[in-house]
Amino acid sequence: MPDTDGGAAAPPPDHRAAARRRRVRSIGGTLLSLVLTMLGLLLVTFIIGRVMPIDPVLKVVGDRATQAQYDAAYQAMGLDQPLYVQFARYLGDVLTCDFGRSISTGQPVVNDILRVFPATFELATLGTLIGVFVGVPLGVVAAARRGGIVDQVARVVALVGYSMPIFWLGLMGLLLFYGILGWVGGPGRQGIIYDGMVPTVTGLILVDSLIAGDWAAFKDAFSHIILPASLLGYYSLAYISRMTRSFMLEQLSAEYITTARVKGLSERAVIWRHAFRNISIPLVTVIALSFGSLLEGSVLTEIIFSWPGLGQYITKALLSGDMSAVLGGTVVIGTCFVALNLLSDILYRFLDPRSK
Amino acid sequence: MNAARRNWLLSDAPQTRRQARLGALYQGWLTFRANKLAMFGLIVLIVLIAMAALAPWLSPQSPFAQDLANRLQPPSAAHWLGTDHLGRDILSRLIHGSRITLFIVGTVALIAPVIGLFIGTVAGFAGGWVDQVLMRITDIFLAFPKLILALAFVAALGASITNAVLALALTAWPPYARLARAETLTIRNADYIAAARLQGAGPLRLLVRHIWPLCVSSLIVRVALDMAGIILSAAGLGFLGLGAQPPMPEWGAMISDGRTYILDFWWVAAMPGIAIFIVSMAFNLLGDGLRDVLDPKGAKS
Amino acid sequence: MRHLLTPRAILLASALAIAPAAWAETPADTLVVAHTIDDIISLDPAQSFEFSGNDVNQNTYDRLVDFDPMDMEAGFKPSLAESWEVSEDGMSITFRMREGVKFHSGNPVRAEDAAWSLQRAVQLNLTPAFILTQFGFTADNVEDKITFDDTSLTLHLDKPYAPSFVLNCLTANVASVVDKETVMANAGDDLGNTWLSNNAAGSGPYTLTAWRPNEAVQLAAFEEYWQGAPTMKRVIVRNVQESSAQRLLLEQGDIDVARNLSPTDVDSIASVEGVKIQDEPRGRILYMGLNQKDPVLSNPAVIEAMKHLVDYDGIAGSFLKGMFVPHQSFLPSGYLGALDDNPWTYDVEKAKKLIDDAGMSGKTIVTKVRDLREYTDVAQALQASMAQAGLTLEIQQMTGAQVLDAYRAREVPVFIGEWGPDYSDPNTNAATFAFNPDNSDEAKATGLLAWRNAYAVPQAMNEATLAATLEQDAEKRAQMYIDIQKQYQAEAPIVPLFQRIEPTGLRENVQNWNSGRSVASVMYRQVTKGE
Repeated sequence: MPDTDGGAAAPPPDHRAAARRRRVRSIGGTLLSLVLTMLGLLLVTFIIGRVMPIDPVLKVVGDRATQAQYDAAYQAMGLDQPLYVQFARYLGDVLTCDFGRSISTGQPVVNDILRVFPATFELATLGTLIGVFVGVPLGVVAAARRGGIVDQVARVVALVGYSMPIFWLGLMGLLLFYGILGWVGGPGRQGIIYDGMVPTVTGLILVDSLIAGDWAAFKDAFSHIILPASLLGYYSLAYISRMTRSFMLEQLSAEYITTARVKGLSERAVIWRHAFRNISIPLVTVIALSFGSLLEGSVLTEIIFSWPGLGQYITKALLSGDMSAVLGGTVVIGTCFVALNLLSDILYRFLDPRSK
Repeated sequence: MNAARRNWLLSDAPQTRRQARLGALYQGWLTFRANKLAMFGLIVLIVLIAMAALAPWLSPQSPFAQDLANRLQPPSAAHWLGTDHLGRDILSRLIHGSRITLFIVGTVALIAPVIGLFIGTVAGFAGGWVDQVLMRITDIFLAFPKLILALAFVAALGASITNAVLALALTAWPPYARLARAETLTIRNADYIAAARLQGAGPLRLLVRHIWPLCVSSLIVRVALDMAGIILSAAGLGFLGLGAQPPMPEWGAMISDGRTYILDFWWVAAMPGIAIFIVSMAFNLLGDGLRDVLDPKGAKS
Repeated sequence: MRHLLTPRAILLASALAIAPAAWAETPADTLVVAHTIDDIISLDPAQSFEFSGNDVNQNTYDRLVDFDPMDMEAGFKPSLAESWEVSEDGMSITFRMREGVKFHSGNPVRAEDAAWSLQRAVQLNLTPAFILTQFGFTADNVEDKITFDDTSLTLHLDKPYAPSFVLNCLTANVASVVDKETVMANAGDDLGNTWLSNNAAGSGPYTLTAWRPNEAVQLAAFEEYWQGAPTMKRVIVRNVQESSAQRLLLEQGDIDVARNLSPTDVDSIASVEGVKIQDEPRGRILYMGLNQKDPVLSNPAVIEAMKHLVDYDGIAGSFLKGMFVPHQSFLPSGYLGALDDNPWTYDVEKAKKLIDDAGMSGKTIVTKVRDLREYTDVAQALQASMAQAGLTLEIQQMTGAQVLDAYRAREVPVFIGEWGPDYSDPNTNAATFAFNPDNSDEAKATGLLAWRNAYAVPQAMNEATLAATLEQDAEKRAQMYIDIQKQYQAEAPIVPLFQRIEPTGLRENVQNWNSGRSVASVMYRQVTKGE
């Protein structure tokens, strides 16, 4: 959930160069705090991994292992070292992009993440696109005709979106649109017979199938992604339309809008050229945050749609004590989140007319 | 209500502090009551609370009584909402489950804002390195994938309803901390705080007596709006088998149980799904209404 | 909820515009399977011990002896070994290798490869190694104990084991014959363990095209397979977790085989046109372990009462319908020496009386159950009947890993879960249910179910279990196991409840499907798709 941070108040008028210097310095400060946040993130994840009452060794050696096999694996995994040594070693590995080997897939975690992250990314991106292309116009129109039919519809749509358990809606959607109507593809990222037919370039099947020029595979992948993406899109739509509406209302009540109207500008021009242009920056922040929460928050959707994404990967790893995988996944999500924050921060600082 | 009391409450020139306070409350109530949707939300929640309080008397059967011969029965006169896969009456389970839902929401709504309020106001009021440290900690928890953190917490302490609640509270506080800090920053340099300081009020007193009360109303609004999210997250944990333990009729766990049967016996998953939907909708409506009352600035936009 | 459909309907309309109008059938020479395959950790036969990993290896490798998918009842048959001979004293077995068989790489299959594969599994000493090391092989002596020449291979045992015991163990995946030259060309210093985890170097009917963990396994037919190229040229196994999802896929014709259908889904899919259900008994036994460290559960009257508190027929007829059948002895049907008597019945009155007489009424037991549907349902049914008999059962749901941890630490009072045989010989279950020579905590015999439940197996039963592995006459051996199981039913606190039945959902045209019955893993080479 995004928050308005009271710390970002408009700076008093000052000399331009000084302002720029300060801006640069504050970005330096932001970067430093980013590094600290990432370190903290790693530490918390590491501690969670150590206090989990799940024995990772057992996962490696299996149920039937003898004590000798167990002890050998325990040492091979470095678990006999003191905790700070383990953490230091882990940090060193992370800096060289080595997240270790997952014990639930037997693969290097980096490979696993390169495989599962694009699936989540593809889903979250399409979901956000749907949220933006439906949510923003809906919010703008709702604000322009406040209390009108569109406003009421937008309100109900948002309300339902906030109140519906996603896993339930997902199950019902799958049943209706795939099981009964047969309009969309079933669970999974693509039809099983297309499995492995498209060479992997980006890991995003929609993009890869276009690169390969395989139109049938593209259609198939699209028919599979559209339902879960609409589901996620619906949630981001609920949030984006609501925020757009409130930003727009704030602008529309501003003085310059009245001036523009008095000048005789058409209502369309007032709304889109003036008011909307001014909300585009906070809107970018909202969209970035909504995108971030879709990247992290689609575990339940992934489970229901058999979507081989990051959320499912981390959950499964967590439940089997596969801490290398959990740490790797958390670092990726944390980095995305922090990067999105940084991006919207920078956009805010450099584009906001008030800070010029 | 008689006219005299009404006038007394709505008086422009209250005689006592008590009259002023009650008057303000009454004004708020009038605003709130005018909002039909918010009233609807309130009524739903009152019904829910009544249902939870009277669960043993309301529910037609025991929520735990199994009857394998009558499993997966559709809604009928004997079982208004049908029976689940162990032949238990779904209506009775929903009614008893309302207690669990209220317990979860109530506890999280108590714990998370309090942690957030404490950390946020201390950070905003103290400033300097304290602020830096506390806000970095907040950032870490914000950047941490929420469901993963809750999962880890529950996995570490064992699956139970109490731990699920703790986990949710643990993941829910950072936004409150940020909000409280932002509020504190705007209040910190206000004249009356300076005045109180001149009168010799210590930092603790300033914080407790002057800053906290001012942060509370915006937090309440936020909590009311977040309640639905809390219910859904709790249901999500229940869905993953990490919340309430069997045979407790937690709604999320009931959906999870029912999903195996969703294709042929839709009501087993649909009934608790609808229950969750109605209750979280009610919380959303209530939150909207409260915001109109407590935070007129936000309501305007 | 109508308004809900508005934005969605628009999106779906756009999906409709470009989505294919009807879902095509799967290609005639491709077998498409939905299964939960997220348990695969490694595909190295010396390491793989998970169901799905074995499912892959069963088809990519051959062993010295194998089951015939079209005649499972016959037991193991010659495969890469053409014949074998047991020495007079029973201490060694010599296998004559089949001529002219090729690995996928084109290399010939030699006695050297077979010997090296077994030696390698012993030397790596990973999880399934015990299947071989129980015959006295160690990393140090294995090169002397497993010898070969140009045409044959000899195993030198430490005791005169029953030949059926040794040969059954050689049908296990750990005894797969690996292409030594190919592996050594790719191996580091780990005998090729890392490389083989993601690759296959066998002589089986299928080659491994791809494995993406938690997603899919793809196999392609090996055209030069010595028993003839398989009909299905391509096999795709996709990881699909939810039974409802598998069912939808099968009904729509997007897959040919659904392997994890829930009982209700099986029930309703049976009437769907174009789909059929095939039931196969599997080797897994669902049992209830009563921990003897628990003061209540160690009371003999309570043990007896618990056996009457399971609604065997009610459970098998309702939520476990089509997945389990009542089976109250530890050897699954289909095994040598299996016992099909079910002496216990559901009788709450009798149980209540037993508990009252023993003064145990009103006691509470707190237990941990894996958060798997079947187990928690059985636990809840047990909870309800125990309550009627005066005992309270508190259930804590946990992940499989957590329960296993606690179980190995002897901290699960009432264990409800399954045991799957490790190899196709009765000893695999006897040696864990009915064998526990040292019941002390220090013994740390974490691999033995009897130890995990703190069940001090009587000395006579320990000895009987050992003696049965040495009996050369198969009929006498079967009788020994029946006797052990009868005694076990009379006194043991570990109570076998059900045997697994695996219903597989198939498209009508799929013929000769074989999940491996109770003794092996899935086999694809005989599968065909008719009209």
